[in-house]
Amino acid sequence: MGGAWFDYTVNGFVIGNIYALLAVGLALIYGVANLVNFAHGSVYVVGAYVGWAAITYLDTPLPVTLLCVVAVSALVGVGIERIGLRPLHGSSRIAPLLATIGIALVLDQVVQLVFTPDPRAVPMQVPEWRVAVGGGTIGALDLLIAGIGLTSAVVLYGFLRFTKLGWAVRATAQDSDAAQQMGVDVNRVNMAVFAIASALSGVSGVLVGMYYNQISTAMSFEATLKGIVALIIGGLGNVPGAIAGSLILGLTESYGIALFGTSYRNLFAFVLLIAMLVWRPNGLFAARRALPPEPMTGTFIARSRPVVVPRWAVAALVVAAALLPLLGQPYLLQIGANSLMYAMLALSLTLVAGTVGQVSLGHAALLAIGGYASGLLAMDAGWPVALSIPAAGLVTAALGTLLVFPAFRLTGHYVSIATLGIGEIVSLVILNWTGLTRGAIGLGGIPPLEVFGFDLGSVEGTYWLCLAVLVLLALLQLRLLRSHLGRTWRAIRDDPVAARSYGVSGDRYKALAFGFGGFAAGISGAITAHVYSYINHETFGASISILALTMVILGGLGNVAGAVLGATLLIALPEAFRFLAEYRILIYGIVLLLLIRFRPQGLMGTV
Amino acid sequence: MAPVLEVRGLRKRFGGVTAVEDAALDLREGELLSIIGPNGAGKTTLFNLVSGLDRPDTGSVRLFGQDVTGAAPERLAGLGLARTFQHGRVFGNLSVLDNVLVGAHARLRAVRPAVPVLGPLLELALAAIRPGGVRAEEAALREDAIRIISLFGERLTPRLDHPAFSLSYANRRRVEIGRALALHPRLLLLDEPTAGMNETETAEMQEVVAGLKRSGLTILLIEHKLEMVMRLSDRVIVMDNGRRIAEGLPQAVRHDPAVIEAYLGHREAGAAREPVP
Repeated sequence: MGGAWFDYTVNGFVIGNIYALLAVGLALIYGVANLVNFAHGSVYVVGAYVGWAAITYLDTPLPVTLLCVVAVSALVGVGIERIGLRPLHGSSRIAPLLATIGIALVLDQVVQLVFTPDPRAVPMQVPEWRVAVGGGTIGALDLLIAGIGLTSAVVLYGFLRFTKLGWAVRATAQDSDAAQQMGVDVNRVNMAVFAIASALSGVSGVLVGMYYNQISTAMSFEATLKGIVALIIGGLGNVPGAIAGSLILGLTESYGIALFGTSYRNLFAFVLLIAMLVWRPNGLFAARRALPPEPMTGTFIARSRPVVVPRWAVAALVVAAALLPLLGQPYLLQIGANSLMYAMLALSLTLVAGTVGQVSLGHAALLAIGGYASGLLAMDAGWPVALSIPAAGLVTAALGTLLVFPAFRLTGHYVSIATLGIGEIVSLVILNWTGLTRGAIGLGGIPPLEVFGFDLGSVEGTYWLCLAVLVLLALLQLRLLRSHLGRTWRAIRDDPVAARSYGVSGDRYKALAFGFGGFAAGISGAITAHVYSYINHETFGASISILALTMVILGGLGNVAGAVLGATLLIALPEAFRFLAEYRILIYGIVLLLLIRFRPQGLMGTV
Repeated sequence: MAPVLEVRGLRKRFGGVTAVEDAALDLREGELLSIIGPNGAGKTTLFNLVSGLDRPDTGSVRLFGQDVTGAAPERLAGLGLARTFQHGRVFGNLSVLDNVLVGAHARLRAVRPAVPVLGPLLELALAAIRPGGVRAEEAALREDAIRIISLFGERLTPRLDHPAFSLSYANRRRVEIGRALALHPRLLLLDEPTAGMNETETAEMQEVVAGLKRSGLTILLIEHKLEMVMRLSDRVIVMDNGRRIAEGLPQAVRHDPAVIEAYLGHREAGAAREPVP
């Protein structure tokens, strides 16, 4: 038992070191650029694959492998900074955050297209001996990872402390405007930091590949998340804190696995994340809580005047949409119904992210709650579908609001991180709460759509139902936006401090927005579940959250018509270009990046 | 009758820096009290402490006789305290009219029933259904907002629907003051209402503030433009390095040696009419 405990400790430290290589880079980037880099895990995957390719094709020895990884990853980092982020200087506050999400999509897809999505085994380049220590064992690879972690920390410390560029980095982190005025080339500093951070991330990727003897393109999202969790534990922008946070996270996970089993591993990480965000949002090592700075320039979302669509045009479009089934093209209707279901999700997200400014990265979790609620009510409680769907909407509204409630006091990046974590928690709870959700087996045999005896399971029926529900939800949302709630929500988004000073309680109005948004998303998830007839914990994953966000940005944040348009375009257009199916996600990523850069207000304008 | 505002022994430190030390003031109904002092004297921190955006380390704040030390800004707004911000914090994407209407948020009654627990849900339902009472309230607030906006002459009235980000700096200050007035405040805190304004605009603003004072509104004013302070104030408090160094009638304060020294000692800062970015 003592030996096993020792092994879990070693394992925790090794994983902690790997997280540290990720988190230190995130901390550096946050320090100089005030940005949580959601593309960090993608660079880690690039590093892993470059290492794999170097060993497999060039037969490189370990030092050369690492050198290749460092060089390529650093180059990718420089590219991210130069092409993706620097042009966004002076744009709205969420633009860089959204851009890193776009970059992550693009990088992940490029790696997947080059290396195929199949997992690869990274050849072990370290001798396989293990020494017995105190009942457990330590292997050469453990020592190598610890050594690289330690060396990187020492080198980084020396760089920040004793080199001129290191001083410049620290100066920029403290006050980038002042640093610039004192002659620091802030662009060069940013580029250097992205290069260093990305090199560390790449090395981390190849080491993980060796440790688990397997790499895949799917690792990127989890790596980003774990790096961010470690970063939050240590405190955003705090480099030594990030190292400590990583070790804490590694050990927590390792002991958690020892006590409860592997499927709880990530649950621990994300619960730790939410607990930190709620109780110590400035990290374990922060001394004080400062007042958020006054936003003197710029607005949260891009400034624009929305495109006004005349009522008759909207009415005409709705009539045309309602007549679509008369064309007798079932395939077209299927795409149409799909677009409409996504449009409901986009409505919900455009309210939460656009109108209230809470950029949720876990919105698909609301679909999952809605889908499971309606499915279980219909199957286990025997409710008719016509009742289970609206009930699912209400359940999602309540549960969604309750889950996000702890995050209401957070702003900006923290909201995105928290919702991302909450989304993952929902998915993991669904996986592990076998008694209620049937766990990994998923929910099969969900009854088809039917309203008081009328079978809507046909393509036309599904389409008409979705259209009717969407039109109702959209009209209701517009009506709320034109009431005092609209201006109140937007005031919270534009300046929460000023809003509070005029008696607007942020919690209350965020809860109302998440409640209504949760209702719409829950209905969407419920309908989807009845249409698919089978769902599991992965049906509504993080990629759907990101897709929904892309739709909302494409249409214009906060814009109801824009959300519907964005959903229609992003679901229907790829169907029109089916030969590009392989590049679909890549195209989403590029669309997102181009929008943020050239039309941040989206097609219809932000509201 | 209790003073409108009663501040005693207020202290606030940030790290090692003392921003406000032993601040004390009394403000009576209908009075206009100005706080002047060089930049960094702690005036805005004092405002933040009084308006609930920041908590004092020690000391007490009483508003209309109630202890409100460390109370949330939402609650203070409900009691009738409105403030403007030094650098201007309008809601950039909201129209001029909506900005002012947000100021009236604390006055919403019909649409925000004071029911515990279910209140927010009722508010959502009322906003969607909009019964007559809610519509009437909204119309009345709108009319009132337009009247308030007309206080600034033709500066804002033609721009009711313009988003605030498209306004000039001076117009944003006006929107902010309009927003504060829409609360129907019993105490108004103005933080440099004329910063960044030219002489004509300053004179106009001075007239507006004088009009508010005539109407009986109690005002606490931070202002760098001494001429305006001398004309409008009933009393003046001078702060330097977080402390009150003088208090009294405008003319007396003007000739106080400690005040002259504070200003001369900080000549650059004291003469501040620096353009705000």
